[in-house]
Amino acid sequence: MLKELCEMQGVSGDEGRVRDYIKKKIKNKVTEIVEDPYGNLIVRKGNPKEPRIMLAAHMDEVGLMITGIQKDGLLRFHAIGIMPHVLLAKRVLIGKDKVCGVIGHKPIHLAKDEEMKKIPDVKGLFIDIGVASKEAASKIVGVGDYATFDTEFREKGDIISGKAFDNRIGCHILLQLIESDLPLYYAFTVQEEVGLRGAGIAAYRIKPDIAFAVDTTSSGEWPEDKDVPQYPVIGKGPTITVADRRVICDRKIVQSIRKTAEAEQIPYQIKKPMVGGTDAGTMHLAREGVRSAVVAVAARYIHSPLAVASKKDISAAIRLIDCSIRKIVRKGKTWI
Amino acid sequence: MDLIEELCNTYGPAGREHLVRKLIQRELKDHCSEIATDRLGNLIVRFPPTRKSQSTDRIMLCAHMDEIGVIVTYIDKKGFLRFTNVGGVFPELTLNQRVIFENGTVGVIDIEPKKDSSKTAVKPTLQKMYIDIGARDQKNAEKMVQIGDIASFHQQALWLNDKRISAKALDDRIGCYCLIEVAKRLKATKNDVYFVFSVQEEVGLRGARTGAYAIAPKYAIAVDVTDTGDTPEAHRMEVAVGKGVAIKVKDSMFLANPMVKDRLVEYAKNLRVPYQLEILEHGSTDAAVIQLVKEGVMSGVLSVPTRHIHSTNELCDLKDVEGTISLLARVCEKGLS
Repeated sequence: MLKELCEMQGVSGDEGRVRDYIKKKIKNKVTEIVEDPYGNLIVRKGNPKEPRIMLAAHMDEVGLMITGIQKDGLLRFHAIGIMPHVLLAKRVLIGKDKVCGVIGHKPIHLAKDEEMKKIPDVKGLFIDIGVASKEAASKIVGVGDYATFDTEFREKGDIISGKAFDNRIGCHILLQLIESDLPLYYAFTVQEEVGLRGAGIAAYRIKPDIAFAVDTTSSGEWPEDKDVPQYPVIGKGPTITVADRRVICDRKIVQSIRKTAEAEQIPYQIKKPMVGGTDAGTMHLAREGVRSAVVAVAARYIHSPLAVASKKDISAAIRLIDCSIRKIVRKGKTWI
Repeated sequence: MDLIEELCNTYGPAGREHLVRKLIQRELKDHCSEIATDRLGNLIVRFPPTRKSQSTDRIMLCAHMDEIGVIVTYIDKKGFLRFTNVGGVFPELTLNQRVIFENGTVGVIDIEPKKDSSKTAVKPTLQKMYIDIGARDQKNAEKMVQIGDIASFHQQALWLNDKRISAKALDDRIGCYCLIEVAKRLKATKNDVYFVFSVQEEVGLRGARTGAYAIAPKYAIAVDVTDTGDTPEAHRMEVAVGKGVAIKVKDSMFLANPMVKDRLVEYAKNLRVPYQLEILEHGSTDAAVIQLVKEGVMSGVLSVPTRHIHSTNELCDLKDVEGTISLLARVCEKGLS
């Protein structure tokens, strides 16, 4: 299932395929499914009592959008949330028909000395779809088409690699949790990568007391000589967020999750504070406010054509969220 | 120790306002019947109308409890803590300060590299700084502090003379103090008055937004500190310490509702409270988000002119504070209609 989720095209604003896939997977397992006007999939399982808890995972991934077609048939594009370093010489799939293209670059034989040393600006990059004119290109692609990296999902032992781990891993975790007997609200949200847009609307609709964002986070591993932060590390458990750029997580909930992890002997790591942002950033400000937390799976090289993560972390995240929610539910109304 | 000193000295960086909240609860519990903490941690105190009136308005007064701080991002092998900012921390004002964690652990901040001081002198960054908590090594440090722990700056408030105080976190404990004093003195009102002691202002005006959503007031007044232009070679600004409460006209995210602003000016004149009109070019306050909640809220701001904002030695004048309190008391009694 994770393979199918990750190989699907679903850049911010174009989450339809992922949404339809998820809908099909869960329709016989949940009580109510609503597709809201913004594109979020709002799911109710059973009859959640107080405290109302929602879990959110965003369906969108980072990607490209075609912004222009040149006379010579090459395509101009915008990239959101991706550094130019990782774009060069990558294969992409464009639009509904998955037209194959290559992000062009100057080969070593033609590059001048100074060009070899620097990374070109995204504005100077183009996608080559193997046609020689604007007319020919216009027949198969158009301005506004989305493009994703053409990356196959692979696994070897515990390690998986592929595109769109951010955040199909989160979607996968929610789909696993839906199988449990927990009465909960689930939101598969849109447009997280362009500003946490869908989640705030979803939380407004659900009116939860407590919200969990389930996401991926950048691994901190990098070969360094100096004594500098090297966390989180893949394979050492899911991360718990204390604070990031958009939310300071609810202190009691964070404490409760940490205690649960320790009691259940689930490994966990604290996410690097004050970097990044997830759906919790908008959910916690919905209506009168929502107590919010973030549980994430660390992945190396996210926001690129290829990320690397550990399956152990995913199953530990599922268990950690499941156990934490059961404990919160047992305590009941004191959370409101 | 008086209440202003106690408020300022209390630990309360953004997201960790509980001790400040407890202190305010202690002060107000005998003065009000409705006091509650909401999900994000805002303390909301309500004074329902004491007499029947045709024109009962919901009025929200707001001051934030949180202060700026630092958060631990890494503990190195020798036991030094790396950190980053929580809210608008100026690196050049951070160097060689003391910080204190919730559990009382105190540390001092220094910077690398020591071998070439010309490199650090230009523009210090937090990335180059570390907190020394006196730990022997990483293991020892981890017994005192963990990654994700938040510290506030550590400084004791001090009256420089009988009217002027120097303290950390006057931004915005002085606003909290004003609200506490108004609440204590409030006898009768025809309005439905809510005092909101908000959380997480310093990281993006977060608590005030959800607090205002819950209350849905017609009017709101945020009480905060504002910058001044009265120090040597300061930037140009028409506000000075000791010249009266500042009635805000504009800041970088907010235009005061003209009716509210004019009413505040009128009350100040009636009460013979000295006032100044404030235009703040950089920065903003809770009112910027409150005004946009639900169908919109007619909002204004009263500011206590304060020097050296976001340093460990902010300075304000009690005369300005007293003016702010008188003006707020009048707002509670008479409303803003």
